[in-house]
Parts: sequence; C-alpha cells; structure tokens
Amino acid sequence: MPFKSAASFEVKFLQVLNEKGEVDSKLEPRISGERLKQFYEWMVLARVFDEKAIALQRQGRIGTYASVRGQEACQVGSACLLNDLDWVFPAFRENAALIVRKTPLKNLLLYWGGDERGSVPPLGVRNFPVAIPVSSQIPHAVGAAWACRLRNEKNVSLVYFGDGATSRGDFHEALNFAGVFKIPVIFLCQNNQYAISVPRSRQSAAQTLAQKAVAYGIEGIQVDGNDLLAVYVSVQEALERARAGKGPTLIECFTYRLGDHTTSDDAKRYRTESEVEEWKKKDPLARFELYLASKKLFSKEYQSEVLERAQALVDQAVQEYESVPLPAVSDLFNYVAAQLDANVSMQKARYLEGVGAQDVVPVTPVVAPLVKGPANQSSKPGKKRVSLEGSSKADEVPDF
Amino acid sequence: MVQAINAALGQEMQADARVIVLGEDVGRDGGVFRVTEGLLEKFGENRVIDTPLSELGIVGASIGLAVNGMRPIAEIQFDGFTYAGLDQLIDHASRIRTRSRGAYSCPLVVRFPCGGGIHAPEHHSESPETYFVHTPGLKVVCPSTPGDAKGLLASCVQDPDPCIFMEPKRIYRAVKEEVNEERYTIPFGVAKGVREGEDVTLIAWGAMVRECVKAADQLEAEHVSCEVLDVRSLKPLDVNAIVNSVKKTGRVLVVHEAPKTLGLGAEIVALIQEHAFLSLEAPVGRVTGFDVAMPLYKLEEAYLPNVNRIVEGVRRTVLF
Ligand SMILES: Cc1ncc(C[n+]2csc(CCOP(=O)(O)OP(=O)(O)O)c2C)c(N)n1
Ligand SMILES: [Mg+2]
Repeated sequence: MPFKSAASFEVKFLQVLNEKGEVDSKLEPRISGERLKQFYEWMVLARVFDEKAIALQRQGRIGTYASVRGQEACQVGSACLLNDLDWVFPAFRENAALIVRKTPLKNLLLYWGGDERGSVPPLGVRNFPVAIPVSSQIPHAVGAAWACRLRNEKNVSLVYFGDGATSRGDFHEALNFAGVFKIPVIFLCQNNQYAISVPRSRQSAAQTLAQKAVAYGIEGIQVDGNDLLAVYVSVQEALERARAGKGPTLIECFTYRLGDHTTSDDAKRYRTESEVEEWKKKDPLARFELYLASKKLFSKEYQSEVLERAQALVDQAVQEYESVPLPAVSDLFNYVAAQLDANVSMQKARYLEGVGAQDVVPVTPVVAPLVKGPANQSSKPGKKRVSLEGSSKADEVPDF
Repeated sequence: MVQAINAALGQEMQADARVIVLGEDVGRDGGVFRVTEGLLEKFGENRVIDTPLSELGIVGASIGLAVNGMRPIAEIQFDGFTYAGLDQLIDHASRIRTRSRGAYSCPLVVRFPCGGGIHAPEHHSESPETYFVHTPGLKVVCPSTPGDAKGLLASCVQDPDPCIFMEPKRIYRAVKEEVNEERYTIPFGVAKGVREGEDVTLIAWGAMVRECVKAADQLEAEHVSCEVLDVRSLKPLDVNAIVNSVKKTGRVLVVHEAPKTLGLGAEIVALIQEHAFLSLEAPVGRVTGFDVAMPLYKLEEAYLPNVNRIVEGVRRTVLF
C-alpha cells in the first residue's frame, strides 16, 4: 500500500534589501524618510554603545558584557514596530532593541555594571528584565500575551532569543502553548550561527529553525536578519496576525554575531577569521546606508553627524552611570517580598546595625580586636571561658 | 584547581574507556573556564562531546548513558543552570537503583562551577548545594584545594552511583598547590582538618574554607585559637570529625555562601546538638548568605560571608 502524504510544508525565506543595497520594490515596505533615518540612528547608537561597553569592561568599569554587533537590524527592525504597551522579553544581547524601547543607556550600563536598578523598566514601557538563563524568558512572553487577551487588550508580546535557545524545553513548551491557545506572541529567534562556541549545526539537525513552527501548528518564516527591511516586513505581518487573534509566529532571523560571545570569550578559538570577514561584508549598518543613499537620505555629513551625536549620548550615559551612588545594602533585602517576613527583617536589621549607619557598600564592619584573657589559658574542656578585652558585650554584637 | 580537575578528567578517561565528558562548550572551546581543555584533542569527538544547549537533555541523556554501561561526566556551565537538570536528578538519577531494586544503577557525575566572588553576571554565582544534598541517593562534594579536587573527582567518576561535583569558581585559579601526579582517590565522607585549634571550630567547604583560615589567622593574632574543618564531602558528611572537634572546642561556627534557611549549616547544627549537646559551651553559630536572591555584583561583597563577618561570628560565640 503506497504511503499517502500526512502533511507537507515549506519554509519561506524573505530578503527585501540585498547585500548590494538593491531593494525588491514589490516587497519594500512604505516607511517615511524620517522613520528610516531614525532606524539608522538607533543602529548607530547601539553600535557606538556596544564599542564603549566593551571598552568599559576592559577597564573594569562594568562587568561581563554581551555584544550586539552584527544583529542591530534584527532588533531595531522588530522593536520599532511595537507600542509601549506591547511586551518585550529580551535575552541578554538585546541592547539595540532595548534602546528602541526607551531604555536609558545609563540603565544598560547599570545592569551590566552589576546593579539591579538597571532592570527597572522605563515608565510606561513594558520591558521585562534581561534573561540570562537561555530560553527561560520564552514561556513568560506567552503568559504575558495570554494575559493581554484575557484582559481584552490588543497588545502582544515579542520575545528575543538565540539559536541555542531553541534546544531547550522552555522554547518548545512555549511554542506549544502558544499554538494550542492561539496566543498573540511573536517569537523572534536571532540565529547568529553560534551558541558561544557551539555552531548552529549542533543545536538542531533541522535545515532551518523556522520550521520548528510547523510542529507546533504555528506560522514560521526565515528572514535575512542583516536586512532591516525583511525583519520589519515579517514582524509587521506577524503583528497583524497576532492583533487579529490569528495566533503566534516564529521568525528566524538569519544573522551573525560579529563580536565575541561576551567580553569573557575569545571567538578565535572556534571560528576562522575568513568566516568573520565574509559576514562583515553583510554588515546590516553598511547595507542600510546604501538603502538610505538610494533614497537620497544619506551623506557623509549626515553619517558623521549621527556618529557624533551617538558618541555624545554614550559619553553622557557613562558619566551618568558613574555618578550613580552605589546601591544601598538594604536593597539586598528590600525586594524579597512585598512584606518582609520576620526572618528576613531580622537579618536586614542585624546586618545594617553591623555596618553601622553607613548604608552603602563596600561593607567593612568595624571589629574591635579580640584579646584572649588569662581565663582561657587553662583550656580544659567543659570549663573554658574565653574572655575578650576591649570589645562590646555579647548582646550588643550583631548576629550575622 | 582548573589544572587538577583537568588532570583527573584525563586520567579517569585514560583508565576507563567508558568515561565520557559532555556539556556545552566542553569540546572545541575547552569549557568556558578551560577545565576540559585538551581533552577533545586527546580523546576525540566520541568521548568529549559538545552538546546542544540543553541542561535537561544533558542530565537526562547522561542517565540513559550511565544505565547502559557508560560513565558520563556531565558539565553544567554554571550553577544557576543546574536547576533545569534537577528534575532528572531528583526523579530519576537518584532513585533508579531503588526503583529497580538494584537491577539498574546510575554512575554519572554532574560537575559545575559554583558560588560567587568573581563579579559574574546574574545567575552565575549561586550556591545550590542544598537541593542536591536534600535528594536521597546523590553524593555531593565540594573541594577547597586542587589536590582534593583531583582525588574527589576521581572518586565521583569511579562511584557506582550519581555524584555531584561542585567547583568553587572563585578559587579555580586563586588556590594553588603541588598536586600528586599519580591517579588517586579521596574517599567520600572524610572531612579534612585544615587547621588545629582549641577554642572554636569553624566548619566550611569550598571557597569559604579559605575565608575561615584567614579569619583564624587574624583571630590567632588576637589570642583566639580556631580549628578549621573542611567537610569537603557534603554528603555523606563526616559526622565523627565534626563531633570530635566540637568535643574538643565546645564552640562552633558554620560558614557557607548559600542562604541561611535550610542551608547545609542547618543540618550540621542539628547533628551537633544530637551528638555533642553536652560538649557545647555556646549555641552553634552560623555565618551564611542571607535569605535573599544572590545579588548582582555591586552588592556581592555585601552578601558573601567574609573575614570580618566570620571574626564577628566567632566573637559572638566566644562571648556567649
Ligand atoms: C540555561 C543556560 N545555559 C547555559 C548558559 C550559558 N550561556 C550563556 S549564553 C549561551 C549561548 C547562547 O546561545 P544563543 O541562544 O544562540 O544566543 P547568543 O548568545 O548566540 O545570542 C550559553 C551557553 C545560560 N546562560 N543559560
Ligand atoms: Mg546564537
């Protein structure tokens, strides 16, 4: 008995603007010149910020930092389409998207500089904090979008993640929920070809990541992630679908991480210079400049003006960041719960007593020298007494 | 310590062809801390395996590998990502022997860097030992020196049951010593006396041992004599060593990075009062992390127990 076909599928690939800057006019979205310039300026700002952040890490002024270089078009081309009340769930490489989403550069520096205040979203903008555990944020996006529907809002979620993230259960379980419940969510995968050193081929035997949508009964598409216009068009379509109640979309942005994985990584250990050089030719910024030029929106003067403005903004942000006072030690405790329980309250109170009135780090509790008195010289078990001279009484000593 | 762990991995792989290493970035990259450096070149792709990014997959597949005759050593890249593997460890690895009445066993090792102190990003500085220690059927070790790391890892690899090997990342390169080049093991359940003392016993493991020794040095100058006990093996615990030391000093302080509530310190305190109640001169003290989320690095120093807090804790115990 011959087999019948149970299902068949095709994965579409979208490119609007090619590497030479030529645009497919049938696919070209209608965007005003002002908007196009804004997109470009965001990408430049993200790149300037990125370079600065790496330099700051090298100087010990922030901690480990994950570079967005090469992926600016994926992020700007998608985030630019959302309303403030749509939800955005970043992974950890989404600085460009977060810039579009009104995050002060100072906050980005605070977060990577080891300060939770960097995760406070801009007022009235629904940005979730950075998700370091890979893939863990994807189900949250489903839940938040689900709540939008339950609360009769037209808002949606957009969640960013990488190729590596598609290997985790969180990703699969999220897509499955979204399919079953037709949730208004956009899954935006930035396939930058690597998860640290592990190449895309080690994440999945599937030919594309976009086709994973098929298994969950949702829409999926692969787009050129270095082509801002392709990202824009695919996200616009996904948004319309989501807002019309027609369910989720998985968008695989085919792109490349031009920098190291993070400032702790050395990508030379696992990929060749020539591979990187090939991808540099596809730089999303250079390509967008060609497009702007074809629209007569670009000139050398404009380019340097944009660059200078970006540098000034970044420099100012660094100054702001570095003048933020260190976090209060009490903040270690303050947000554990709406109402601290007796145990945490006690730990907090005792600790703050110990550090004195000075509620800031670095913490160096003042310790009076301990001097063992003569009583202890007979060190017989059961009888010993250690006396301490020059120190306070026991009940005044904080319990750490 | 990185070198010692690397050497143990190499020696165990050399000695037993069933031993394989798998995890994220363990092959080509040699691990993000370079702990598995050179193993791929030496043992090949079938035995040193870069896996997809999937902690549950790594641990779950390791269970199947172990049950069917292999000796997997799974690396989880950071402490904060071990939780995805917990389901597999708790529901399966730890109890397959019990469930099958001994027909099946699960000789796997899960290794991961643990603890704070290196200004790492969020979720990269956790101390999750309690979850493992609380799971019947798992052995859990956490060395404080390169020599112990080597011998304890060898014991884990050779053990017929699942073992958790925690590597305190802040002393990966900070603690150095000459390590015996021969292949050797250190038994589970044997604590190490790091320093002898008369007045107070400090109990710790991993990176906190070093802090305790520093505190003990400082206190010695001030005429308080501290014994420092490195339990090394969190499960099984060396109850005898703990009790004997308590009988000698009568005063105890337990130090750990994990939050206080139900940290392993709580179990140690309970054991001491069960076995050495009449020897105690003061309530057993604890200097631990707080019952809060591990903070980002600007407050890391404020969270982690340090010499000052240990000294303060000793003083409190002594003044009781
Ligand atoms: C659950 C989890 N496992 C491991 C890590 C360590 N880690 C951080 S980023 C990364 C690779 C992520 O790859 P991908 O999803 O492709 O995103 P990219 O870094 O390429 O943007 C790994 C393994 C982590 N953060 N979370
Ligand atoms: Mg990637």
